[in-house]
Amino acid sequence: MLSLDDTDRRLLRQLQAAPELSHAELAERAGLSAGVVSRRLERLERLGVIEGYEALIDWRALGYAVEVSLRVTLDKAAGNAFDAFIAAARGIAEVDEIQTFLGRVDVRLNVLARDMQHYQEIYRGRILKLPHIADIEPLMLVANLKVSESLPI
Amino acid sequence: MIDLDDLDRRILRALKEDARLSAGELGRRLELSQPATWRRIRRLEQAGILTGRRVRLNHAALGFGVTVFLGLKLATKGRVSLADFERAVIAIPEVQLVQHVLGLYDYRLRVVARDLADFERILRRRIMTLPGVGEVESNVLLSEERRAGPIGG
Repeated sequence: MLSLDDTDRRLLRQLQAAPELSHAELAERAGLSAGVVSRRLERLERLGVIEGYEALIDWRALGYAVEVSLRVTLDKAAGNAFDAFIAAARGIAEVDEIQTFLGRVDVRLNVLARDMQHYQEIYRGRILKLPHIADIEPLMLVANLKVSESLPI
Repeated sequence: MIDLDDLDRRILRALKEDARLSAGELGRRLELSQPATWRRIRRLEQAGILTGRRVRLNHAALGFGVTVFLGLKLATKGRVSLADFERAVIAIPEVQLVQHVLGLYDYRLRVVARDLADFERILRRRIMTLPGVGEVESNVLLSEERRAGPIGG
């Protein structure tokens, strides 16, 4: 594991809490000079601790009001079930997350749809045609109560 | 709701990859002037589509080796205050995501831990002691792929 000191951790905590801040603003919050913040952030990026920054998109504002988490169990009798399923799932534009698991669920797909009719079309027309599905179980999103993705550093 | 054209979608895709791209850099990629690019970004922000940014940190480098998705049911619906449960679960630092869902479970959680032993400690001491918690299913994340979603080209 990398050697990070308390100052690095403090900086990363501030950065997670407010990634849009300038180096000067971050410096003020972390009680450091702007020069120190720039040098440390540069080092953390070079070490790969900071992998990047991504814009957050509100899909509801874009007209995608329906979000469904599909928990999929695959028919593992087919040797290439995982690869074939995932390769085909990548072809569905409305799928924005693909995760694999160790547990009762093999794969999870996150599906975005404009409305229930649109979801129905995606589900029947695209999802159910994916290869090697043994079982599929939907969880429909009602509300996001916490979306931080912060690490408790 | 605003209509997006192909340029808007390309701007969203580029910023999802790297939220720190300046309007100038982005404009050069899209062969659009800096002011025109800036106006489009502003419009996407004002429409509530671009809502902010997130820093991506390397979990393993920071000592977080395990991510677990939980499906959680409340045991005693009607007798337990949803607000009490939700307040308590949101306050757990290792819980990154809390979604209220419809289906087999009532809530979906994303939990980070240092290792499986650490996860077991969080599960026993923090999750299973939440007010009203019932059945819990854990699936350990093996791989994850975030895709562009419906703005993909």
